[in-house]
Formats: sequence, structure tokens, C-alpha cells
Amino acid sequence: MPKQVPNLRARNFNEVALGYTAEQAQAEANRCIQCPKHSCIDGCPVEIDIPGFIKAIRDDDMPEAVRIMKDKNSLPGICGRVCPQETQCEAACSLAKKGAPIAIGRLERYVADWERANVKSAGSPIVQPAPTSKRVAVVGSGPASLTAAADLAKLGHSVTIFEALHVAGGVLMYGIPEFRLPKDIVQAEVGYVVSLGIELELDTVVGKTVTVDELLSNGYQAVFLGPGAGAPMFLNIPGENLNGIYSANEFLTRVNLMKAYRFSEYDTPVKVGKRVAVIGGGNVAMDSARCALRLGADEVYIIYRRSEVEMPARREEVENAMEEGIQFKLLTNPKSCIGDESGQVKALELYEMELGEPDDSGRRRPIPKPGTEYIFDIDVVVVALGTRPNPIIPSTTKDLETTRWGTILTDEVTGKTSKLGVWCGGDMATGAATVISAMGAGKRAATNIDEYLEA
Amino acid sequence: MPDIHLFKVAAPNVAKKAQAGQFVVIRIDERGERIPLTIADWDREEGSITIVFMEVGTTTRRLALLETGDFIADFIGPLGLPTHIEKFGTVICVAGGFAVATIMPIARAMRIEGNRVISIMGARNKSLIFWEDKLRGVSDQLIVTTDDGSHARQGLVTEPLKELLETGEKIDRVIAIGPSIMMKFCAKTTQPFGVKTIVSLNPIMVDGTGMCGCCRVSVGGVTKFACVDGPDFDGHQVDWDLLFARQRIYLDEEKRSFEQWQSQYGTRS
Ligand SMILES: Cc1cc2nc3c(=O)[nH]c(=O)nc-3n(C[C@H](O)[C@H](O)[C@H](O)COP(=O)(O)OP(=O)(O)OC[C@H]3O[C@@H](n4cnc5c(N)ncnc54)[C@H](O)[C@@H]3O)c2cc1C
Ligand SMILES: Cc1cc2nc3c(=O)[nH]c(=O)nc-3n(C[C@H](O)[C@H](O)[C@H](O)COP(=O)(O)OP(=O)(O)OC[C@H]3O[C@@H](n4cnc5c(N)ncnc54)[C@H](O)[C@@H]3O)c2cc1C
Ligand code: SF4
Ligand code: SF4
Ligand code: FES
Repeated sequence: MPKQVPNLRARNFNEVALGYTAEQAQAEANRCIQCPKHSCIDGCPVEIDIPGFIKAIRDDDMPEAVRIMKDKNSLPGICGRVCPQETQCEAACSLAKKGAPIAIGRLERYVADWERANVKSAGSPIVQPAPTSKRVAVVGSGPASLTAAADLAKLGHSVTIFEALHVAGGVLMYGIPEFRLPKDIVQAEVGYVVSLGIELELDTVVGKTVTVDELLSNGYQAVFLGPGAGAPMFLNIPGENLNGIYSANEFLTRVNLMKAYRFSEYDTPVKVGKRVAVIGGGNVAMDSARCALRLGADEVYIIYRRSEVEMPARREEVENAMEEGIQFKLLTNPKSCIGDESGQVKALELYEMELGEPDDSGRRRPIPKPGTEYIFDIDVVVVALGTRPNPIIPSTTKDLETTRWGTILTDEVTGKTSKLGVWCGGDMATGAATVISAMGAGKRAATNIDEYLEA
Repeated sequence: MPDIHLFKVAAPNVAKKAQAGQFVVIRIDERGERIPLTIADWDREEGSITIVFMEVGTTTRRLALLETGDFIADFIGPLGLPTHIEKFGTVICVAGGFAVATIMPIARAMRIEGNRVISIMGARNKSLIFWEDKLRGVSDQLIVTTDDGSHARQGLVTEPLKELLETGEKIDRVIAIGPSIMMKFCAKTTQPFGVKTIVSLNPIMVDGTGMCGCCRVSVGGVTKFACVDGPDFDGHQVDWDLLFARQRIYLDEEKRSFEQWQSQYGTRS
């Protein structure tokens, strides 16, 4: 797929990947052998009829491709961009064994982009379901919640989404940066979901503005919880509260949600460093590093305590980051943060690591090398170590059991929690995972909620 | 009153739940920053929340220009933990500057709970004094100070606070709210007397729901998120220098933002 060239894209927030042309899409669609077993579908948590929509592209029947896609997936423009296809549908494609699998994600993106460019209203025509007079409250508006809400609305239930922030979309809006997932695409797909007849209540923190128990006693027969795992983790090393040290959540929220990259046209500021260090090796670290570069940093470093093979980030994103000039300091860990007299971070104390035996995660355990400490000048640090569930909902809801990781105890198949009438899905149930696994959970929960309401 | 404004905002959902010591996060419009403001009062029947704020930068100045009937894009709350209200015995409530508005519902709640409430309010000068009668109405005793002596007693709020502690009368709890520096000195004043002193910290915030960590403060050597673990903390345990430093993170940017806004929209009379 065509991309913006690295030295240009490293300085702008426009989308990196440019998408297929019609010819490229045709060529790729023609490679699909339409296998009767269609193992690709098993690899998709929302079970899109993949051969079906690919055939429609091949037949040049784009409205049909859109219809097939949206039958199962209300957020195709998003999934086509950020799904880890290489471990999902594409890994399951029968051509994967013989060589290159079909680029299902890119075709999906192509279909979604075609619809946005060619169909006037946000939603394609859908058959109005018969209203059931049942009301469901959906908490949060990330991919899990949007999927649950859309599926429930399609079944005729009356759905209200309650979102804490001032826009809907969850991590899709505040976390994943514009250059990977343009925000107008997220809003167009949120708009489609809302157009199914859903009410959207923004600025409503469930647990504070209204509790789950109040929702249940005020006319909602069922509640779906999709609040994500939004609380940032820190390193707990000395100096971590110095100015210029951010959690990835704060840094990305300022840049993406509050549009600090367009300061002072927008009012929210962010520190633009000259030398920026991002601690961590996952997708969130890559996104933070690439944002820092685009804000105008001279040098951006990824500091990761294991080696390249153990990095949890998608290969594609690591390569993009490297191409853009992000520098990787591997087998390296911070010991402390050093500040100047005004309380601004000016350096990190780093030390080297080596790899020992594999740990519980199956990855080789990093072991500090004694006596390797050194000082590394830096003026902005982003800590991208992952997130935990926010306790606001569990701590304000009666009889809602949690696990020792703080996630809500949830049945994997049905999405049921320990509390009658309450379901959960997405990062709050599993810990930080992926957009598509959150959507799969939303879908399964919607099915189970429907059974419960109809019983 | 110069630079201090009092708004009543229609926000029925927030009003239904508001408790003393909680705050809201507001955003004026699409381009605006999210800023926290304390809930100064509420009317559950009318569905309204009162906020009191001081003009210090772009958002608060833009807010000040709004007129009756105007809309604020986002008004989120009530956030933070409510102030711990209990029958302690005798409670001193100290307010500096516009925090009179913040302390009022706390003093009221403490009194309703059966405490004897002594309130102290201070301001730089007479023109900055407001809600004096309102606070008196919910206190057993009220002491008013101005820095320059233009109204009531001349001096800082810490002076009557110290005198009260020195009388040897049993004081069971002090709540001090106002500018950070004033809260720090109130905590310093009460420390030798061993009276538990609660302060309401005001670090810079973004979401106000525990999602970003921008509001982190250090209390008793442990990092806390003021928006969900507070904003009330034990004043004797707070790392004040860290709070002061973190409040200054964006001084340069705030100045730039304000200058840009001013050059675009002209100066106000
Ligand atoms: C920077 C970053 C990059 C990522 N990149 C990828 C990627 O490329 N591919 C991929 O598949 N995954 C990626 N992920 C992971 C993916 O985004 C998440 O797994 C997914 O968004 C989880 O969805 P969710 O619906 O569970 O919750 P979220 O997307 O977290 O949404 C939860 C929503 O609920 C709201 N909420 C929380 N608490 C409350 C409350 N009390 N009341 C009301 N509303 C509440 C939140 O404000 C939020 O809007 C990335 C994550 C991050 C942070
Ligand atoms: C829990 C809480 C409750 C608060 N309640 C009130 C209130 O009831 N009334 C009121 O007037 N203010 C209150 N504040 C402070 C208020 O949020 C800030 O004054 C506001 O964010 C300034 O925004 P600005 O854009 O106008 O100024 P900016 O241009 O952002 O900043 C101008 C100046 O204000 C300081 N400042 C910026 N943000 C904050 C902040 N969050 N806290 C303290 N100083 C800050 C800056 O350091 C700078 O000196 C509260 C803060 C918190 C955390
Ligand atoms: S939604 Fe994701 S997993 Fe499913 S087909 Fe599309 S790219 Fe593959
Ligand atoms: S498995 Fe691959 S080749 Fe077969 S139908 Fe699915 S996408 Fe086409
Ligand atoms: S303001 Fe974001 S965590 Fe407190």
C-alpha cells in the first residue's frame, strides 16, 4: 500500500498510509481464491463475510461490499486501519500458508473509504427494526461499547451511550494518533452507529454523575460496561513527577483529543521537547514517539528493557518508526529521573540489561547489568508502560466482582458479570488488548443481552 | 468585583449528585482547554450549580466574557471525593481569596453534622471580599481579614488561626482552602499543635477522572492522583514544592496562548 515518504510524514500529522487505488484493490481482490472453507472468517472476531465482500469488490458492486461489511462490522474504516490483521483474519487466510495472504484489512479500508467518499448520509440504508420497548444503557463509547450499542439497536432495543469524555470513540479518539487513524473517520463511524437511533450522552461519568445501580433502577433493563482500561502506570522511580514527564495517556490525550499539535489555535498545551525519551516497547510507545517527532522534537528515543524481538509493538509500526528516524535504545532501563532547579526533567539515569531465562510471559527476562549506569540528557519523557482498569465503576457498583488485576470478572463467552443485568467487554474485562477483540466482546454481549431481554 | 466571577450554571445531573468538596471540569468550546473548578453551591430543585472563578489565563478570561443565557460546551461532574464530613467537635474552616465559595458548602455541611464551626476568610483587599454574610450564616463564628486592612482585621488568615490554636481550646480539625501558598502556611501553622489539617489541592488537570496522571501530587511520600484520590489531602503530608513546580509547567505556553487570544479578540476594558 502506498505511504507518505518517511522524511515528509515525520513532520506532519496527516495519515501515513494512503490506501489502495481502485486498480490495486481489484488486483488484490482477484487474488482471493474464494475458498469454500473460508478459514479467514474464523480469524475475525466479528465474523465478517470476508469472501463475500471481496467478491463484491471483484464484481465492482461496491454498495454490496459495504452492505456485507456493515452487516457484521459497524466500524470498518477503523478496523481496516488498526486491526492487527497479521494475527487475525490474514493469519487464518489459506493463502498465508503458501505465501502472502490476502490483504483483507486493506480491502476493508478500501470499502469503508469508498463509502465515505460516495455515499451521502453517514449511514447506508438499513431496515428499521421493530422496537422492543426494552432499554439498554451502554457505558463508554470505545469499540466494545459502540459495537454492543449498534448490535442492540439493530435488534430494536432502545440504547443510550454514556461517555465520560466530551467526544465519543474512546482510545480511537484520545489514544491512537491522527496519522494512523484520522479523527474524522472515527467520527463518521461513530455517526453511523448513532444514526441507528442511539442516544449519546457525553460528559457523563458513570459512578460519579450517575451510578450503574441508578441506571438499573431508572428504567434500563440491562447495562453494558465498556469503560476500557484507562488508568496509566508509572515506573515508580525517583523523580518521576518532575515537569516534562508524562504518562502516554496524558501525552496522547493532549496531542490527539485536545489537539495540542495545533496549539495555540487550540488552547491545550503540550511540552515540545528537543530530546524526547519514550519508555516502553508497545504500540503505545511507538505512537508516543512518532507524535513527539511530529510535534518538532530533534531526537526521539525508544527506551526498552528487552531486545527488538521481544517488543510487543506490531512489526509494521516498529518499521514505520525506524524509517521516520526514531532511535532505539534497547536492553536499557531508567533508574531515576534527574531535574533542574525549577523542577523540569533534564536527564535520565539509565542502565543496561541483559536477557536471562524466559519468564511467565515466555519472553526472556531482562536482568540489570551492575555498574553500567550513565546519564542521558533529555527534556521530555513519556512513560508508556501500559494501563490498568480505572476503579471508578467497580468501586461505586454493588455486587460487581473484580479480579486481582482490577478488571471486572466477566464470562468470556456471554460477557456476563457477577451482577444480574450487567455485562462487560473490552479492555475492562481482559486488560489492555485490541480494538477488534473489544468489538468481538461487544458483539457477543449484545447477543446475550438480547436473549436475556427477550426471555 | 474585579477578576472574580460567580456563575450559576444549569446542570441538573451534576446538581443531583454534588457534595461539598467536589469539582467540575469545564470546556468552553471546541477549541477550549478542560479546566477544573470547584462546586461552590448547588440547588437540586432548580438543577443548578454555582461556580466562582478568578481570571488568571485564557480559559478563565474567556469564561468571564460569557453572559447570562450563553452556553458552555462541556460541564462534567461532580468529580473528586467529597470532603470527609463527620462530627469532629470544633472545626476551623479557613478560606483564602475566592475559596470562600469553596469553603462555604463544607462549613455548612460540618455545621449540619453538629460541629462548632469557626470560619476565617481572608482577601487581599476589601474589593475582593464576597459571600461574607453567606459564610457567617453557616458558621458559629466568623473572622475576616484583609492583607491591607481595607476591610475588617488587617493581616493574613494564618494569624487568627494561630491565635485560636494558642488559646488552648480544643480544635479537632482544620480545613484550609485557597491559593497553594496559603494552604501550605496554614498547614505549617497547625503542625506544631498536632491538629489534623485538610487542604484541597489544585494541580493542573486534564480529564479529572484518573485517566492521565497530570494531576499527580505526592502525599506522605506516595504519588496520588488529585482528581480521584482527592482533591482533599492531609496538609501535613503534602509535598508542597512539587505542587508549586507542577503548577508552573506551562507558564510559557499559557502566556503565548493568552497573548494570541488577546491579539485576536482585543483587550477588555
Ligand atoms: C495509543 C494506543 C494505540 C493503540 N493502537 C492499537 C492498534 O493499532 N490496534 C489495536 O487493535 N488496538 C490498539 N490499541 C488498543 C485498543 O485501542 C484498545 O484495546 C481498545 O480501544 C479497547 O476498547 P474498549 O472499548 O474496551 O475501551 P476504550 O477504547 O478504552 O474506551 C472506553 C471509553 O469509556 C469511557 N469511560 C471510561 N470510564 C467511564 C465511566 N466511568 N463512565 C463513562 N464512560 C467511561 C472512556 O472515556 C472511553 O471513551 C491501542 C491503544 C492505545 C492506548
Ligand atoms: C480541583 C480544582 C478546583 C479548582 N477550583 C477553582 C475554583 O473554584 N475557582 C478558580 O478560579 N479556580 C479553581 N481552580 C484553578 C483553575 O482550574 C485554574 O485557575 C484554571 O485552570 C486556569 O485556566 P486558564 O486557562 O484561565 O489559565 P492558564 O493560562 O491555564 O493558567 C494561568 C495561571 O493559572 C495557573 N493554573 C493553571 N491551571 C491551574 C490549575 N488547575 N490550578 C491552579 N492553577 C492553575 C497557571 O500556573 C498559571 O499561573 C481549581 C483547580 C483544581 C485542580
Ligand atoms: S475486522 Fe479486523 S479481523 Fe475482522 S476482517 Fe477486518 S481486519 Fe480482519
Ligand atoms: S481464506 Fe483467504 S483466499 Fe480464502 S476466501 Fe478467505 S481471504 Fe479469500
Ligand atoms: S486529571 Fe487526569 S488523572 Fe487526574
